[in-house]
Amino acid sequence: MVKRPPRAPGVKAGKRAPYAFIAPFFVVFGIFGLFPLVYTAYVSLTGWRADQPGSEHSLVGFDNYAKLLHDQFFWNALKNTVGIGILATVPQLLLALGVAHLLNYRVRGRTFFRMGVLLPNITSVAAVTIIFTQLFGRDFGLINWVLGLFGVHHIEWQAGTASSWIAIATIVTWRWTGYNALIYLASMQAIPFELYESAALDGASKWRQFWSVTVPLLRPTILFTIVVSTIGNLQLFGEPLLFSNSQSPTNGGSQHQFQTLAVYTYDQFWQKFKYGYGAAISWALFLVIVIMVGLALTLSRRLRGVSDE
Amino acid sequence: MSTALWRRSAAVAGAALLLAPIAACGDSSASGSSGSEKITLTVNLFGDFGYKDLYAKYSQEHPNITVKENVTDYGTHHKNLQAHLIANAGAADIEAIEIGQVAGFTGMAAKLVDFNSQGVDKNQWSEWRWRFGSSADGKQLFGVSTDMGGLGLCYRSDMFAKAGLPTKREDVSKLINSWDDYFTAGTQFLAKYPDKSVKWFDSASNVYNAILAQAPQASYDESGKVIVDSNPDLKKAWDLTVNAVQAGQSAAIPAFTPAWNTGFAKGQFATVTCPSWMMAEIKTNAPDTKGKWDMATIPGTHGGNWGGSFLTVPKSGKHTKEAVELAKWLTAPDQEEWLFKNKGNFPSDIALWDRPDIANYTDPFFTDAPVGQIFSDSAKNLKPQPYGPHSGDIGNAIGNALVSVEQKKATPDQAWTKALADVKNVTS
Repeated sequence: MVKRPPRAPGVKAGKRAPYAFIAPFFVVFGIFGLFPLVYTAYVSLTGWRADQPGSEHSLVGFDNYAKLLHDQFFWNALKNTVGIGILATVPQLLLALGVAHLLNYRVRGRTFFRMGVLLPNITSVAAVTIIFTQLFGRDFGLINWVLGLFGVHHIEWQAGTASSWIAIATIVTWRWTGYNALIYLASMQAIPFELYESAALDGASKWRQFWSVTVPLLRPTILFTIVVSTIGNLQLFGEPLLFSNSQSPTNGGSQHQFQTLAVYTYDQFWQKFKYGYGAAISWALFLVIVIMVGLALTLSRRLRGVSDE
Repeated sequence: MSTALWRRSAAVAGAALLLAPIAACGDSSASGSSGSEKITLTVNLFGDFGYKDLYAKYSQEHPNITVKENVTDYGTHHKNLQAHLIANAGAADIEAIEIGQVAGFTGMAAKLVDFNSQGVDKNQWSEWRWRFGSSADGKQLFGVSTDMGGLGLCYRSDMFAKAGLPTKREDVSKLINSWDDYFTAGTQFLAKYPDKSVKWFDSASNVYNAILAQAPQASYDESGKVIVDSNPDLKKAWDLTVNAVQAGQSAAIPAFTPAWNTGFAKGQFATVTCPSWMMAEIKTNAPDTKGKWDMATIPGTHGGNWGGSFLTVPKSGKHTKEAVELAKWLTAPDQEEWLFKNKGNFPSDIALWDRPDIANYTDPFFTDAPVGQIFSDSAKNLKPQPYGPHSGDIGNAIGNALVSVEQKKATPDQAWTKALADVKNVTS
């Protein structure tokens, strides 16, 4: 070994060290992220079904994907996913913005409220959904009881498309509004106070300040929450599954009215044991997410472009 | 809320479904076996088999053995078992398989212990019965048969009285001789019963299942072909049921959900088609209705079988020897008799049908109805149906279609089309 003079840290002696430091992430990601992704892609090209011994390595090319295009249940699940996704995302983010604005005021017990809004989020999906399913009960549920006071006849929330979407979106909104509100709050606090001061000097009302100062400066954060919520809602699984209230929860309702893509994948993969086909749906879901996130991004960028003029 | 009400709840089922892969890892860890070593045997079931007290008794006789039972819902249980057998890991020491699902496991017989070599005589059951628990060539017996689901008609005699219907079981059996009679009596009940929120039966799928259970074939023919779209008996059972639903006879509560459990306690319906194991459901869901229920013969052919199970021992288990002993003990005559009298599960063991203690048994919960007589007659007259690997899934698909008619979200024709599409999705 040649003895070298000491150098400034990080120039050459430590050349490998940074890689070593970030390696754990990539190793873990490789095992639990990349490998399943690639293996699922391979499985999606096979006709593997557990009830057909020997079908494990039967390569069928893109047959599964071709079949997908003509599968009414796939398109139905896509429709449900997007529908519930929009119902869950839009009111949720608007609500979160409002909540964050309120939390930004100097009020007594501010920390208590700030922690409080996060509580629904740290409760498990299963617990929240089971309780909501009770609340949405047909005959003895609290929500129908309250609606009954206003003369609304008992709604069977699981039965209808609209009613089941609203119920599931409510559960999602309940869990995630606080989380997004805290993210908004964090970036609201980074807005310099001087901006509000000068706006106030120019005679802008609180409402005007909110729309002309707060919201524009929150744009990067709003964009972030839109992307994260879109991804989360496209992967919606636990809520529709537990909301189902039937012997075959992966069916997503008696007419598949709230069977989301993730539930349908699970249904095909783990209930019908059609591994090849289930894997193809997983990949289709991945592509759908990429497309939807792209769409959400362009849409929100365009909105900014318009309001900047 | 009591644990009983949650027992078969779909919500819990779903939760279990989410947790299943994790829970499966928590198996017993001791290895090897000797008489004195502490052993915990795990038993996975899909409903209440009434075994709890028997485990305690078994542990008294075998102090080194503790039994841990884990109940998930019907669908999840069988799917998990399939996945665990495929993976050769994660299965419990004893796993139950229901008769509508068992055909899906014959192909995996090699992964289960052969009871023929464990001193079990398969001829204690009728041939159709042990064939279900055997490999395709009939050489390996992978399941020991537990109960069977002969049919009766459970009814609320107090409600019948208020609706001007006969209350004595002989008169009810006479009045309701065919399925048409059953629905006619339903019309009469709805017209005369004072509380209009009380319906004639609980759930369309339970009526449909009972009618279809009496047909020579259900969703499969003898060659193993799916015949859902061509079996006239199946379509007839469907038509009869949806007509009654449209006439408002159904309480429209999806069966085996928390709402259905509550339905028994709140008295939301007057009749339930009653396989023997249904008695246990009624007793646990509505203990306060003791003496208000009675049982008549089932309309139609007065026969039919719905349900019944097998116990299996996966070879991947760590204590297969002890598990086999426990499975044999749980299905032995004395335990079977105890289960029938205390829980209502009727034994599939032929010799027991004529045991006086069983054949003459009357159940106080059901106003001393001669349930022993009813179910042993039905067992003797049984004409078995062929089942296929997807019988359970197909049943679920049609059950869901019936629910959508009950929810008024689909016309019978739309629901039927959807059901056929679902069946196709299962099998292709």
